Amino acid sequence: MAEKKKKLLQGNEACVEGAIYAGCRFYAGYPITPSTEIAEGMSVRLPKLGGKFIQMEDEIGGIAAALGGSLAGLKSMTATSGPGFSLKQECIGYACLAEIPLVIVDVMRGGPSTGYPTGPSQSDIMQAKWGTHGDHPAIALTPSTVPEILSETVRAFNLAEQFRTPVMVLYDEILGHMREPVTIPGPGDFAVEDRAKPTCKPEEYHPYDDKFLIAPLAPFGSGYRFHVTGLNHKQDGFPTNDSKVIRENNERIMRKVHVNRESIWKNEEVMLDDAEVAIFTIGSTARSARFAVNELRKSGVKAGLLRPLTIWPFPDKAVAELSTRVKAIIVPEMNLGQMTLEVERCAKGRCEVEGLYRVDGEPITPSQIFHEVRKYL
Amino acid sequence: MTESAAKKLPRIAINERLCKGCSICVDFCPTDVLEMKGSCVAVKNLEACTRCQLCDLRCPDFAIQVFD
Amino acid sequence: MSTTVAEKKEKVSVPFDYNKYLRPNKLPHIWCPGCGHGIVLKAMLRAIDKAGLDKNNIALVSGIGCSSRTPGYVDFNTLHTLHGRALPFATGIKLARPEMKVIVVTGDGDALAIGGNHFIHACRRNIDITVLVFTNATYGMTGGQYSPTTPLESIATTSRYGNIEPPFDTCEMAKASGATFVARGTAYHTLELEKTIHEAITHKGTSVVDIIDACPTYFGRANKFKSATHMMEEIEKDGTVNVKQAANLPPEKLAGKMLRGVLHKVEGPEYCEKYDILIKEKASAKK
Repeated sequence: MAEKKKKLLQGNEACVEGAIYAGCRFYAGYPITPSTEIAEGMSVRLPKLGGKFIQMEDEIGGIAAALGGSLAGLKSMTATSGPGFSLKQECIGYACLAEIPLVIVDVMRGGPSTGYPTGPSQSDIMQAKWGTHGDHPAIALTPSTVPEILSETVRAFNLAEQFRTPVMVLYDEILGHMREPVTIPGPGDFAVEDRAKPTCKPEEYHPYDDKFLIAPLAPFGSGYRFHVTGLNHKQDGFPTNDSKVIRENNERIMRKVHVNRESIWKNEEVMLDDAEVAIFTIGSTARSARFAVNELRKSGVKAGLLRPLTIWPFPDKAVAELSTRVKAIIVPEMNLGQMTLEVERCAKGRCEVEGLYRVDGEPITPSQIFHEVRKYL
Repeated sequence: MTESAAKKLPRIAINERLCKGCSICVDFCPTDVLEMKGSCVAVKNLEACTRCQLCDLRCPDFAIQVFD
Repeated sequence: MSTTVAEKKEKVSVPFDYNKYLRPNKLPHIWCPGCGHGIVLKAMLRAIDKAGLDKNNIALVSGIGCSSRTPGYVDFNTLHTLHGRALPFATGIKLARPEMKVIVVTGDGDALAIGGNHFIHACRRNIDITVLVFTNATYGMTGGQYSPTTPLESIATTSRYGNIEPPFDTCEMAKASGATFVARGTAYHTLELEKTIHEAITHKGTSVVDIIDACPTYFGRANKFKSATHMMEEIEKDGTVNVKQAANLPPEKLAGKMLRGVLHKVEGPEYCEKYDILIKEKASAKK
């Protein structure tokens, strides 16, 4: 067997590779630093595969067109960064309620507002969960290396198609622009999931059929004529004021993710078995944390790392379990405490939880983490 | 044949469930065939109907149609 | 009802079977008594029928507002999106499935205020989408605020002392933005409207039809119109003139009147076709 092809790729380029591998054939977006290379890459790759790329007139148009592409049956994606992610929020809520699969990549930069476009941050973690109004499910993945951006983008498409919901890939500017060697996957290296298609007769089709937790989604133009709305709707897709139906549907879209959370969660554990102090972090900060753990171990400190690759749904179980056996969980993050509150919620006072924050556009260094952990010994 | 056939009257079908009583059809009927009865249109002079279909064309509510 | 003239000759009257295209169990629609939207919907269905389009192949996309409730009543692939966003959703569908006939139904506020940017850019791309703008010069769904087409001095719940903002000319804007088919119709001139919509949906490229219709409940009451009929006569009949007739009329007879009919029609490269060429000739050739 021929040796796998290796390429030196930027994070944003790896995202393009992952999307293409997953079968993404529709991209609509708007240029924004530091995610623009994804749009540029998709504009080159998609037409060669018969796929469609369009640069829309604004961020909202970008996600709206991508949702149109998805409803027409193509695996669709858009990418953005903080301010653009804010603009897309209304459409994200639409995708949640109308249950339209979509991958949204958010390459996180400093905020609030225009903030620091070329500086990294991890300040969209809460926006990914609560950015749009109303209660809604959220799935957000947090790769930490360039190869992982590729594989997690594939996973994002799989989850979006499987759960009929928008899935976000969150990584910071450092990862978006850093380069690492990436093995380009061949057929079969990663699983690729497609959305379920209806098997019933068109006249019997309900896009939100309550026989299913997640009903199959027919593409527009396939002979299954149905109605899609952002209003609360019945199983046939038409608006309703029936409070029972509204409640059941709102609860179901949450439940479809909640009951499947075990299969959506994905964590890496580094030297946690005998750890006395654990670090909980994501993205490029997890790279500093990994380095710090190694240094701490060399100096005789029993430190470990819990690194979620799925930040939403939040890894409640892993954090709760960890909190029973460590003295403290340190949460370094490039914001002012978005994950820390979630970790505190899950730890329920069983151990100390301490945040380590940075919002100056610079990464959190291994030495910062090293010294923070040593405070707890 | 056929004087009586020539004078065959049309049938004006009114859907009372759909009529919202806007009276557009009554106002625009060129031969004064229709009238409002409460909040619904009614036929008052079928003989005058010329089958021009303006009532149907301008009805916003799918509530009136003229059949031969 | 294009067949009316022929039928008159034969003295046979066969009304149009709207149920062929409706979801009849969704009626009555939500529109107020006398609202022009139902008249426009009927003209649209007759035009679609005349064009011989397959229901499976039509996507009807709307935003938010009274007119944007249209898709719920018709038996096509129907998409009721967010306020102002009908056009980008429609653009996604059309680009992903160019073989579909994509029609956008939208109001003047939806298309020209919150969705104004999408409107001008859809026109600029000349993507093969028909945009039917139901222009009733008001935000009906929220209770009668002034809109981007509300005439100067008109009363609305947010212009109680008279509107001081000049209105858009939807057709001039569409033309300036690059739409290759631009027309205006009214609910009053329903047969002419049917013909105009038919021409719009059979045109290749972005086609825009500005459709003047009445909101008797809010605009009408606030501005002292006696009834829907009164509005149709004063605004739609007396306030407009067909572009062909206008050519023979002196300027004083045209003062203050909007032109109806096809106002602009040119051939131009269509976006999806250009994209197809890009796929076939350029992208696949270039390594």
